[in-house]
Amino acid sequence: MASVHAPQVEPQAPALSTGSATTPARRRRNVVPYVLLLPGMLWLVVFFVVPMITLASQSLQEGSVDQGYVFTGNVGVYGEALSQYWEQLVRSIGYAASATVLALLFGYPLAYFIAQKAGRWKNILLVLVIAPFFTSFLIRTLARQTILSDGGWVATAAKTTHVTDLLQLLRLTENDRLMASKFAVICGLTYNFLPFMILPLYASLERLDGRLVEAAGDLYASPREAFRHVTWPLSLPGVVAGTLLTFIPAAGDFINSKLLGNTNTVMIGQVIDAQFLRVLNYPLAAALSFVLLVLIVTLVAVYVRRAGTEELV
Amino acid sequence: MNDQIPPTLTAALARGLVSRRTLMMGAVGMTGVAALSACGSKGRSPSATGSAAPTAKAADDMSASEKVINWSNWPEYIDVDDKTQKHPTLDAFTSKTGIKVNYTEDYNDNDEFYAKVRPLLAAGNDTGRDVWCSTDWMVARLIRQGYVQKLDLSNIPNAGNVEDSLKNVEFDPGRLYSLPWQSGFAGIAYNPKSTGGKKVESVDQLLTDPSLKGKVTLLTEMRDTVGLVLLAMGKKIESFTDADFNAAMDELKKAKDAGQIKGFTGNEYTKPLASGDTAACFAWTGDVVQLQADNPNLGYTLPTTGCTLWSDNFVIPALARHKKNAEMLINYYYDPEVMAQVVDYVNYISPVKGTKAILTKTDPAVAKNPLILPDAATLQKAHVFRGLSADEETRYNAAFAELTAS
Repeated sequence: MASVHAPQVEPQAPALSTGSATTPARRRRNVVPYVLLLPGMLWLVVFFVVPMITLASQSLQEGSVDQGYVFTGNVGVYGEALSQYWEQLVRSIGYAASATVLALLFGYPLAYFIAQKAGRWKNILLVLVIAPFFTSFLIRTLARQTILSDGGWVATAAKTTHVTDLLQLLRLTENDRLMASKFAVICGLTYNFLPFMILPLYASLERLDGRLVEAAGDLYASPREAFRHVTWPLSLPGVVAGTLLTFIPAAGDFINSKLLGNTNTVMIGQVIDAQFLRVLNYPLAAALSFVLLVLIVTLVAVYVRRAGTEELV
Repeated sequence: MNDQIPPTLTAALARGLVSRRTLMMGAVGMTGVAALSACGSKGRSPSATGSAAPTAKAADDMSASEKVINWSNWPEYIDVDDKTQKHPTLDAFTSKTGIKVNYTEDYNDNDEFYAKVRPLLAAGNDTGRDVWCSTDWMVARLIRQGYVQKLDLSNIPNAGNVEDSLKNVEFDPGRLYSLPWQSGFAGIAYNPKSTGGKKVESVDQLLTDPSLKGKVTLLTEMRDTVGLVLLAMGKKIESFTDADFNAAMDELKKAKDAGQIKGFTGNEYTKPLASGDTAACFAWTGDVVQLQADNPNLGYTLPTTGCTLWSDNFVIPALARHKKNAEMLINYYYDPEVMAQVVDYVNYISPVKGTKAILTKTDPAVAKNPLILPDAATLQKAHVFRGLSADEETRYNAAFAELTAS
């Protein structure tokens, strides 16, 4: 899309530069944007580009902590990383995708309600959505542990209503308990990243012009059709932003799986954590981080392309 | 049951988050990429071919002119005055010597702390710390890599008070580099509420009893988990072989594949144990003594086959700027009168001779607890995991990580 617009803009530029008196001013104006960009670029170079290069080079080193790691260009570590931990990689993507879908299902109606129907309660409701951020991520996850624990009322209620049987049938839990299961991990991920879904959805739904929906109604669209053809497409930027903000951190998360899961729900973040901190196998940890990065970037690229919203993100 | 959620939650949170050995997962892990790169690509120079340990560099000692000590320690690991939130023994030290102690509770986990200071030490920089307390195996690694300095024992005349059993440890014979701060056991803790009133008294029972299935947690500290299993198999953890290690790993893998084990934890095992979500687990003494204050029903077993004994030890890092001051501090805590005050509060095991006699007078209840002041029979059961070579450490850690994370 951008390529279509670009040629229209360009011809105007030479037209402006006729008077020689305007040249110094123009030059200054041309420099200003770059100067403003400088801090951001510097930040990115120092905290993104350099670490990325270090990470890549570290993944190709060999050695041990005692002997020191030396760059040998050993690409084999990537094969090792994939063959040893492909299961955790796939699992992480699966859990993150499930949590994203759930967050969208829970988040969309809520965001719609706050943006369109909440009236003067809007601000209070928004604060409530962000309220969990007032406590730390770790404490929120630990609180889930208590809420889902065996003796707690959630687990008891789930048992009496046979929800636990259903979960077991779906292979989301392994016994009649809620904790230490796939179910608990996905719940934790959904809950912890839900605000990241709601806020962008809210931002795009808040701008939605109610008259467009009304117009759809005037043109004999049923509410469902109006939603499909008007509301949903207009909220797509929020949906895409929200899913990305949920999926990407969820895929690399390891606290939820560590605190709420069992030995069969280990996510890739946990493996990287262990390889980096405990085994001190920095090349393997770096390679795993890189594989995860490439995997996420690929998935996101495909997703954004399919969603047809390149210019919106 | 749910009416007790708020108090248990807050209490357990406070404990889980601030007590010793807590994994501050967020802090390190979230910054995965940045942290990975920050650790740099250079290890120590590859000159160390395995023979002599490199020696740590000393800095010019500023002790005489700068009356300070920077001490990093585990959270909740020193006496606290409940009213003022100050540390009475530290204040007494300052008023006695005029040396100010900057006491920082930033040692949450051996591996995490090592990841934090290693780049500095490897690059030959000052860590900004004069003394900290590392667990035995970490001390072994620090000595091996030449990251800690020899203690000047002429500044620590009280060093002779160290318990005989802790004097000639394998990783530091004669205690040239390190002196214990506190010790403790790893054994089995259980919650009778979830075991159906049953006691859990052996490692075998923990790993195979079907009534505990899916309600067992083990420790991510490889030496405690593998050590307890090795002992249960009748092996000596002071001198086991590769084959023994593999056999123990097979036992663990079997239990894991059978669904017996729920997970591997740092000290976040305490909350589920107290609530009954975890029926039984490997646990550390000090934690359990603290938990028992709220839940007197909790059981603790030091298996007859043996339990692991670990210590956290004072070490002085390379290029510490106030080495002599730090040595004076260590000397101060090796006075049994002072150590008794600390132990009375933290409930771990004192490494200093004569502490028991004092505690019997000042706090008979604590003095009677065999987990705090173990008798000879208890100490007989306690074993110390042998030091590992760099190669062994890498292989064992990798095998253990594969077990815990797949």
